[in-house]
Amino acid sequence: MAIDNAKLSKNLLRMKFMQRGLDADTKKQLEEGEKRIISDEHWYLDLPELKAKENFITEEMSFGPFEDLKYGRMSFKGFNPEVEKLMILMNAPNEEEEEEEEISRMETDITDEDMARRYESLVGTMKKRFAKKRQRMAEVTKDDVAAAADDDDAIEKKTKRAFLKPKD
Amino acid sequence: MLNSFKDKIGDVLLPGDVFSVQMPESITDSKPEKIVCGPGLRRNGDEVLVCKSGVLRHKPPNLYWIDSQQRRYIPVKGESVIGIVTAKSGDIFKVDIGASEQASLSYLAFEGATKRNRPNVQVGDLVYSQLIIANKDMEPELACIDSCGRANGMGVFGAGGLLFKVSLGLVRRLLAPQSEITVDLGKLFPFEMVVGLNGRVWVKARTAQQTLIVANMLESCENMTAQQRQVLFRRVADGSI
Repeated sequence: MAIDNAKLSKNLLRMKFMQRGLDADTKKQLEEGEKRIISDEHWYLDLPELKAKENFITEEMSFGPFEDLKYGRMSFKGFNPEVEKLMILMNAPNEEEEEEEEISRMETDITDEDMARRYESLVGTMKKRFAKKRQRMAEVTKDDVAAAADDDDAIEKKTKRAFLKPKD
Repeated sequence: MLNSFKDKIGDVLLPGDVFSVQMPESITDSKPEKIVCGPGLRRNGDEVLVCKSGVLRHKPPNLYWIDSQQRRYIPVKGESVIGIVTAKSGDIFKVDIGASEQASLSYLAFEGATKRNRPNVQVGDLVYSQLIIANKDMEPELACIDSCGRANGMGVFGAGGLLFKVSLGLVRRLLAPQSEITVDLGKLFPFEMVVGLNGRVWVKARTAQQTLIVANMLESCENMTAQQRQVLFRRVADGSI
């Protein structure tokens, strides 16, 4: 049996279905053989390491960044209002950015006073939000009465809403 | 071999002049400043070669370039040019931008253009567009939208008006910030102008006469001193020309 096993070729032993029956020794041998094959296949250049020199010179072929060239479309004295708008937009990108920055700073920095002032005006709305439905209705009708005390239509509307007993 | 840029600022240089940029090998702790060399200068290893004749200019901190006069446009990526559509073929337009080769312009490179919604571009139209590919070995490519997909004034323009060609130096003078020529022209009468960095200028005013006045003045500005120009502008403003 042992002699038979030795006769089996390496390639056959490496196959998946043969792996189960193999003992530890032959397995190790096979693995080593495989490793050697892989490392033999890896080749490298026998060269001194290339040193990348840092480059202190860069090239730029356009005149744009050197001479601060403006936007190429222009209109004067209102000949083409669209282009004049574009001129303002395209020729002052730096100023615009600054403005945007300012706005964003304003938005983030709301002082406590601002906050208090804002909530002051919201007190009524917030109160409504936490009130029960019935309370809310009562308030609405009170407001209506106060607002349209002398307005007959408003009163009529209110009487309409009341239950009318059917007449027979 | 010339040693430093700084001594030569404002001097006339010729193609073939060489600058050696000192590599600070001895001083390692101070970080050396990077040098940006612009049009007319070319890097070759640690040297900088001059490849156009002109005046050496400098802009702080470390920008150097050659201010030269030429009429032939060499495409550079990112520059805005005026092109003439010369052919429609399938999904690209061929556009003449005055360079050695015609540029291609995709029909999708217009604002709002889709495969179904083609832009209305005819042969002979003028387009103001930006170079998105400019390589000395390849055909230049144009686009009429910016990276956000907006036209920003690019695209087909120029119903009426007059297109003419001036030198690249004059175009840069026109586009320079606070350019005297542009400011003085703008004071005369209402008109519209499109200036492409390829040397083409398109002008339109209320009447053909006014258009011609602007065009002739621009062309004559090429070789005029500031004084001569002011005299000319005054005479035009008075209505004597």
